[in-house]
Amino acid sequence: MEEKHDHILKEVTGSEYKYGFFSDIDTETIPKGLSEDVVRLISAKKNEPDFMLEFRLKAYRHWLTMKMPQWAHLTIPEINYQDIIFYAAPKQQASLSSLDEVDPELLRTFNKLGIPLEEQKLLTGVAVDAVMDSISVKTTFRESLAELGIVFCSMSDAIREYPELVKKYIGTVVPYTDNYFASLNSAVFSDGSFCYIPRGVRCPMELSTYFRINAANSGQFERTLLVADDDSYVSYLEGCTAPMRDENQLHAAVVEIIALENAEVKYSTVQNWYPGDKNGKGGIFNFVTKRGICKGDNSKISWTQVETGSAITWKYPSCILRGENTTGEFYSVAVTNNYQQADTGTKMIHIGKNSHSTIISKGISAGHGQNSFRSLVKVVKNADKVRNFTQCDSMLMGDKCGAHTFPYIEVENESAVIEHEATTSRIGEDQIFYCNQRGIDTESAVGLIINGYAREVLNKLPMEFAVEAQKLLAISLEGSVG
Amino acid sequence: MTNDSTLATELKRDLISLFRQNNGILETGSGRILNLYREQAFHDFDRLGIPSTKNEAYRYTPLEKYFQGNYDVELNANPFKYDIESIFKCDVPDLDTHVVLVLNGFYYNGNPAGTLPDGVAVCSLKEASLRFPDVFHKHYSHYADTSTDGLVALNTLFAQDGVFVYIPRDTVMEKPLQVINLSHSLKNLRITRRNLIVAEQNSSASIVVCDHTLCNKSYLTNSLTEVFIGENAGIAFDRLQNENSKSTQINNLFVHQLQSSRFNGNSISLHGGLIRNNFYIRQNGPDCDSNLNGLFLCDDSQHVANFVLVDHASPRGTSNQLFKGILDNDATGAFNGKILVRKDAQKIQAYQKNNNLLLSSAARMNTKPHLEIYADDVKCSHGATVGQLNTEAMFYLRSRGIGEKEARHLLMYAFANEIVSRISIPILKERIIELVEKRLRGELSLCNDCNIHCG
Amino acid sequence: MLQIKDLHVSINGKEILKGIDLEVKAGEVHAIMGPNGSGKSTLAAALAGREMFEVNSGKVTYRGENLLELSPEDRARKGLFLGFQYPVEIPGVSIVNFMKTAINEQRKFKGLEPISASDFLRLMREKKELVGLTTSLTNRSVNEGFSGGEKKKNEIFQMAMLEPALAILDETDSGLDIDALKTVAHGVNQLRRKDNATVIITHYQRLLEYIIPDYVHVLYKGRIVKSSGKELALELEAKGYDWIKGEE
Ligand SMILES: Nc1ncnc2c1ncn2[C@@H]1O[C@H](COP(=O)(O)OP(=O)(O)OP(=O)(O)O)[C@@H](O)[C@H]1O
Ligand SMILES: [Mg+2]
Repeated sequence: MEEKHDHILKEVTGSEYKYGFFSDIDTETIPKGLSEDVVRLISAKKNEPDFMLEFRLKAYRHWLTMKMPQWAHLTIPEINYQDIIFYAAPKQQASLSSLDEVDPELLRTFNKLGIPLEEQKLLTGVAVDAVMDSISVKTTFRESLAELGIVFCSMSDAIREYPELVKKYIGTVVPYTDNYFASLNSAVFSDGSFCYIPRGVRCPMELSTYFRINAANSGQFERTLLVADDDSYVSYLEGCTAPMRDENQLHAAVVEIIALENAEVKYSTVQNWYPGDKNGKGGIFNFVTKRGICKGDNSKISWTQVETGSAITWKYPSCILRGENTTGEFYSVAVTNNYQQADTGTKMIHIGKNSHSTIISKGISAGHGQNSFRSLVKVVKNADKVRNFTQCDSMLMGDKCGAHTFPYIEVENESAVIEHEATTSRIGEDQIFYCNQRGIDTESAVGLIINGYAREVLNKLPMEFAVEAQKLLAISLEGSVG
Repeated sequence: MTNDSTLATELKRDLISLFRQNNGILETGSGRILNLYREQAFHDFDRLGIPSTKNEAYRYTPLEKYFQGNYDVELNANPFKYDIESIFKCDVPDLDTHVVLVLNGFYYNGNPAGTLPDGVAVCSLKEASLRFPDVFHKHYSHYADTSTDGLVALNTLFAQDGVFVYIPRDTVMEKPLQVINLSHSLKNLRITRRNLIVAEQNSSASIVVCDHTLCNKSYLTNSLTEVFIGENAGIAFDRLQNENSKSTQINNLFVHQLQSSRFNGNSISLHGGLIRNNFYIRQNGPDCDSNLNGLFLCDDSQHVANFVLVDHASPRGTSNQLFKGILDNDATGAFNGKILVRKDAQKIQAYQKNNNLLLSSAARMNTKPHLEIYADDVKCSHGATVGQLNTEAMFYLRSRGIGEKEARHLLMYAFANEIVSRISIPILKERIIELVEKRLRGELSLCNDCNIHCG
Repeated sequence: MLQIKDLHVSINGKEILKGIDLEVKAGEVHAIMGPNGSGKSTLAAALAGREMFEVNSGKVTYRGENLLELSPEDRARKGLFLGFQYPVEIPGVSIVNFMKTAINEQRKFKGLEPISASDFLRLMREKKELVGLTTSLTNRSVNEGFSGGEKKKNEIFQMAMLEPALAILDETDSGLDIDALKTVAHGVNQLRRKDNATVIITHYQRLLEYIIPDYVHVLYKGRIVKSSGKELALELEAKGYDWIKGEE
């Protein structure tokens, strides 16, 4: 990784949001707006079984009774749901048997994003589900994974091919009543990934989903469901980008993870949605509900996120530690530059005895960015011997940004040991000078120091992602000093 | 949920009609400024009501139910006469202070404060509102914001009396001022207490406040103190809360600091039914220093909540907060601390820590240390822990032959002492150390302080 | 190589250096001594371009160029090295990574290709040996949790890696045990060439036993009050600074 470092720094200089291009792909869209008919239409387009339509309708009706949450430390402009296209799909046959049937422009798009869909070109050891706008366009390595009994496919396929599994788990971690955006998602979700790791299987490759918003005026509402059966292991990656547009686009996703006895799930995200321009125009509203449950004893869920994109991020990947001896982890780096806003963090709900959790958060604010860390560590009455350690650091660059920390600690059991530490400071001027003195210019010095600062989190990412994330960090802070 | 809000509406309605019926009595004898602010407070209270747990600042303190009880209200001072000396004597024998007493919210004139330095005024707030209109005009209700907290509005609405302290510029009060707040009555009482402390430029004073209940009745006290600290002035403020288990005490302290001023506050919550302390410290000029420490010990079904906002509105300020709690039985505790560094308030150093010990399986603690920072050249940190006594230390003590029970006391005591040791008046500190020790051993009986022995 | 003419430097409006004149030629070693607070570190930092130190007047010419116009990193890239009296800790940034970045920045500046991985590793190994730095140390973050002596060794190690034309070593000897002192001196001597120069800021004669200076200067209250050959250091050691103060 060291080798790549200066290469990264060099590449960084002078580059902007690299993924802002738009691909001219024949896209099927439904008319703008949201209604019960739209919900039915989405379900019909996907040939869903009745239970799914029921689920969507219940969610939609519930959503109508809800109000947009106001508690986050964010300024969110009014969202007009009648002005959003809730389904946009690159035209292609419903189910692809071979890559030849994929629109070549689509392949080019993903190639350009560094995600080749041809299996022979792929990074070895990574299986990809590529989602554009509302649908999954291709899932690689599906067959070889199937040999191990692993199901890795698009959510749409899963609903059709494994309705029992989906029915058993969907909405069990994030119920359709959970919150405003989760309800919305439950009503209109279009695609996403589904993954089932059977008992005793260690998934031999990284599974990953790459999300791309392409169509204009559309929202993306994907839904991911990951079930790790007893004694299984999987590492899952998620990446996302979108074209640069002047308007804001809504992305409201739901991710649910279920870890059964002794299972371990590692979920990593490098979030690089278009953040808007220097003046805060455009960018994605990223309102996401991610939650996992450590249902079985000794299970473990680990979230790692690098959040550099989006105009507004509202996201709290959480763990419900239901089983005994379970482990929940949350590692996060969040950058806000220019006019970006982020309110992100986690919840660790300790229900099982002897459950442990770790929260490491590194926030970086520059420009006019507002960066908030929000967490809840809750220990219920019968959860004996719970441990939590939380470290939350914020770094400020420039005098127009803000860094905020909102931890909630609720303890109802006397045997718990909960530790929370947080610091806020600015980037060390003496550190920059020390680098300058060794001939490193300020921009590179900042990249270097920031990457050092975030190292603890970056180290948790799979190798390929870590490099990507380092680049991103430096790029997203460009022009923030000097 | 509907129940909740009907209850809130009822409470509000009752209090508003109580005010309407007694507005005349409240206004009689009060200075113009005192009455002037009632109108705004009325509108604010009408809008806000008693804060519910849906209010973020009161999330962990279910207040409404404590307001439900049947309380009398005294609208005139001392409807029956006590010889206070006969029922209460401060049991810190050598504490050399100017002592003033406040009974059920009314300044008790029986005990003059003694000879005060030139120009220093210590008297009834009501009286002062007539005697010092200029000071009231400049300070009264300037720091306590009625527009965001219904309890502040409620206090301002019913404010009649309490203690007024004025220290003119360049004056140093050598001897501490001791304010003893007593609650004593034949019936359950709702008490409103309002204090104003004004320390002008270059002055300094040390103020000790002790809260006691003298009988076994229920009290619902809404106390509010505004402290103005002028340029380069310093105030030390030590408070000891020691009330009976039926008492509900709401305390709002607003400290407003000007350039290069110092505030040192220590708040010891020894006993009480429900104690809710709100501290607002605003550094309104550069180079201020603020220190605020708190210790709370609670057991049975007591609830102690401390809410702190340190507002760095000017550059180069420093602040330190340390709050520690020990919770036993079914007690619940809450800490909600916030450091706010405003834009352009550069070179701030602000620290906050909250450590809690849970001693029983039913005790609960909620803590919420917050940082909100809008300036970049700052050093801020906070930390919070909830846990038990250090097992290694326990073992070490025991391996030296100290019994488990004693070892626990030693460690708990050491835990508490970090706060108590910061009390600036040595004799008072010793006494509080003693009280804390007794309290931790469960030996502290409230009746120790009371000569009535009502049983 | 370096000419300082009537340099006045202040910090927060307070004048610390009150007219410094100094000339350092290629191949020379200069020692600057002087009591605490006399302005030695101020001089070093001002030469390295620390913005906090304001140059009020005076001229500094470094290899024919006006040094004061250059950014700190350009000064470094042009071969000026400052060994800090108090090296800062940079958590999470490994020394390897740090040095590689520094070297490549310098190479880029000179129009050279980035150093190859194998060359870099070889260079690291070589220089580590020179100053007796262990691998376990270089794998750690820059200065983080280093002992006082380790920090100083790390400074010399970096100097060896960067091969400066002019090295200013601010109390690089303090905190070193006698063996470390010898290693450091050995390192400095090894790097000594006809075309480079060294300025050593120190309180002790003992370092000057190993690195023989051509000139010794005494800085006192922001001025160089005495300059002489190496024997001056011995005299200072014996008599203390009172002697200088007395002469004033
Ligand atoms: N950041 C600063 N802010 C204010 N004054 C400073 C600062 N840095 C240095 N000074 C003052 O400048 C003067 C010179 O300091 P300097 O560090 O240059 O001394 P020195 O000769 O290196 O001393 P020593 O032998 O102790 O290292 C001292 O009076 C010091 O207090
Ligand atoms: Mg020095």
